Amino acid sequence: MSAGSYDAIVIGAGHNGLIAAAYLSRAGKKVVVLERNDRVGGATVTREIFPGYRFTEFSYVVSLLRPDIIRDLELPRHGLKILPLPSTVTPMDNGDYLAAWDDHDLTRREIYRHSPRDAEAVDEYSRVMARAAKAIKPMLSVVPPDPSSMSWRDLAGLLKLGRIGASMSEQERYRIAKLMTQSAGDLLDEWFEFDPLKGTKSASGIIGTFLGPRSPGTAYVLLHHYMGEIDGAFRAWGFAKDGTGGIAEAIARSARALGVEIRYNAPVAKVLVKGGRATGVALANGDELRAKVVMSAVDPKRSFLQFLEPKHLPDEFVQAIRNFRIRGSSGKVNLALSELPQFTCLPGDGPLHRGAISFSPSIDYIERAYDDAKYGRFSQRPYIDSIIPSMIDRDMAPPGHHVMSCFVQYAPYDIEGGWDDAKRDAFGEAVISTIERHAPNIRRAIVGKQVITPKDIEDTAGITGGNIFHGELLLHQLFFLRPAPQWADFRTPLPGYYYGASGAHPGGGIMGANGQLAAMEVLKDWR
Amino acid sequence: MNGAPYSLYQLKRTPFHERIAPLCLPQNWRRWGGCITVGSYDLGIDREYWAIRDAAALIDVSPLMKYLIEGPDAARLLDRIITRDIAKLAVGQVYYTGWCDDEGKLLDDGTVTRLGEQSFRVTAAEPSLRWLHMSAVGMQVTITEITEQTAALSLQGPKARAILNRCCETSLDGLKFFRMAENRLQGKAVSISRTGYTGDLGYEIWMDAADALPVWDAIMAAGADYGIVPCGILAMDMARVEAGLFMLDVDYTAANHAWIAGQKSSPFEMGLGWTVALDKPGYFVGRRALEREAREGSAWKLVGLEVDWEGLEKVYGSVGLPPQIPGTAVRGSLPVMREGQQVGYASTSTWSPVLKKYIALVHLERPHFEPGTRVEIEITAEHKRRYAPGTVVTLPFYDPPWKKK
Repeated sequence: MSAGSYDAIVIGAGHNGLIAAAYLSRAGKKVVVLERNDRVGGATVTREIFPGYRFTEFSYVVSLLRPDIIRDLELPRHGLKILPLPSTVTPMDNGDYLAAWDDHDLTRREIYRHSPRDAEAVDEYSRVMARAAKAIKPMLSVVPPDPSSMSWRDLAGLLKLGRIGASMSEQERYRIAKLMTQSAGDLLDEWFEFDPLKGTKSASGIIGTFLGPRSPGTAYVLLHHYMGEIDGAFRAWGFAKDGTGGIAEAIARSARALGVEIRYNAPVAKVLVKGGRATGVALANGDELRAKVVMSAVDPKRSFLQFLEPKHLPDEFVQAIRNFRIRGSSGKVNLALSELPQFTCLPGDGPLHRGAISFSPSIDYIERAYDDAKYGRFSQRPYIDSIIPSMIDRDMAPPGHHVMSCFVQYAPYDIEGGWDDAKRDAFGEAVISTIERHAPNIRRAIVGKQVITPKDIEDTAGITGGNIFHGELLLHQLFFLRPAPQWADFRTPLPGYYYGASGAHPGGGIMGANGQLAAMEVLKDWR
Repeated sequence: MNGAPYSLYQLKRTPFHERIAPLCLPQNWRRWGGCITVGSYDLGIDREYWAIRDAAALIDVSPLMKYLIEGPDAARLLDRIITRDIAKLAVGQVYYTGWCDDEGKLLDDGTVTRLGEQSFRVTAAEPSLRWLHMSAVGMQVTITEITEQTAALSLQGPKARAILNRCCETSLDGLKFFRMAENRLQGKAVSISRTGYTGDLGYEIWMDAADALPVWDAIMAAGADYGIVPCGILAMDMARVEAGLFMLDVDYTAANHAWIAGQKSSPFEMGLGWTVALDKPGYFVGRRALEREAREGSAWKLVGLEVDWEGLEKVYGSVGLPPQIPGTAVRGSLPVMREGQQVGYASTSTWSPVLKKYIALVHLERPHFEPGTRVEIEITAEHKRRYAPGTVVTLPFYDPPWKKK
């Protein structure tokens, strides 16, 4: 075997690529991961943007990372620490706030202040959603069977799914059917009356989609975010030590310990095809690497439309990938701060600084933010989900100083006239002025500012359209339809070429099941 | 309590906080209904327990959820929700009852007091506002939560009546078991029901939260000569097991909290068959399922278990120790076996100082719940798993004649 020859090549050192590589290596394969950037992480990367201030540039929190991956790859031993993110506070326009703490009694007391009935409804709602998540969750860890196929593998898969369905009560099945089709707004209107509560809850139904809370299908996205699990506890969101890049670093350490080679600054130009099989890749610098198997762990557009010429793929498949919706809708504003933002609704350095601060006063507010985006503008008053990582992990900023991460929606990739520096600045300004209404000292506190548009996400992280989920979580793009009908089992029409990233089942977020399941399918096919 | 004088990051305090906090010497605080509440006032709980059984114990029960149901359809609403027949509830009478979902599984249990023809006070363990509202669709009724506006004290023990007679305007001599009457105490309007959670003679005193401290002071002063003792919920927990009274989310899971069907319980299974009025006219929530269960029998039942002391001595003797019994009620599931097969579990077990017995509330599958059945309960003796024999008994374990007299 020559130096340029491997059992498997994985394209992209995001969390999925690294996980796939680690599992393949664990099975005794010789694996190389090719990364275009100078570090691992892809969209989870943590970078020191200003000296002493570290940011998770694109992502921010974690809850979905699968526990079996954590165990199999011994991630805690390789440095993974998920720190608690104990609360969410929503500042209100009237100077009050809505908080959800990590204590049931405190949260109940808080919501009761605003609406006694919602205080009770929220318990029942949480249980219903958690039960639905529990019922659906097993599907995340199976390879989606093709319902139109009669192969034994697909039939066995369908049988397994049938069993999951049969284990639900009739009520649960109806509920899930509803969740699959409803809008987050309609779902929440059925349960609650207090606007800031509905607004804040609806937000997880739109993250990473190009939809508003009143668009059908967003109730499922909401459920998708309910499926998080940390240490076996449902729905716990946390902050990774060193930011989400810390997760990728831990996976990379585990992968290296298992013998994986990671090459940096090695952008792939092409997947090599010979005799109707993928045989390796050509790098941008002209180097060629050969392998028995190539797995792409970047977005589907890049994987199939850029790395391959259409002639290597069936027209129908090419068409499906062309139609795959991957519209970026969110941006990120990362702030280096000389002092903590002081919120007028909860003055002082309080527990709110250790949790999420959500700018989501109502469903209408978010829907209006979406209205801007629909017509090619960024939201003048955007939905912002912010955290202050330096309050959770003191290693993120110099002593006494802070970093603030603001996930912002909506910022459409296809902005009218295209993104430029002036628009980026204006977008950043919209975010800061939104925060300023509730935390007047924010402007004074800023010592560094990084504004990231979907275009920047595409250019830096290499995700087409800048969509953080490598393809929107839409019902017609999930499960056996992700990324394309008949090709949801991580195989592709090109023998020897596999696909295992967020654009594959079970979708986006720092989950890792995509890469893990893809690696398992590669190993099943190994001869 | 929106403008509460303490932070919203803290648990709620009851209206008696100012009195009970300095008395809570071991800082043994527990939580109950979103409030901090006293676990025990002393380092040990013996004095508080024996006050319940021999003198009088004053317990702050303000965290109980309380609702006022009023209006022309108030009785209709309650009749639809609870399993008992509201038509038979007289003004001034109190029902203990459970209420179910449509599958006949318990959602909660509490009391319903008829304050007037069209006015009721409901107590519950869990927030029930949503359930009450959902059941009241189309009815002429107002539902008001009065949990925080209404303070509540429980005075339990053989001397309870004598103490209250000393400080109340009207004598309690005529107040029968599970009856309620308006009264005045230290000039403050109170309503007093002859109810409790200990199975002893006892009363619960309901008052406006603003009157809490003077009422507390008056009762404590009146009780001084009778050995009144402020009592935390740990001693009450032992007493309620002796009285055969169960607790939500300890001895059963509310149907709307359950993750799986097997966690739910029906009133029949919990020994509340006597509260299921299948003879009352019309529909009530869960009726069809409860009728079916009454016909077909229950799969299991909550009953009492008295553990043989000799057996316990033998179990501990096998590791060279005398019986080791925890000083408080134990809220942990313990398997119950019969002839080597598991037939159920204990949900709460406790040493009963007044009976001098080790007792447990046990859930036993049919047919093992018949009184007199011999079963074994798991005991961990010096880290070794052992089984101690015992006998199934009917509840309550302890029922003093003065409770109802």
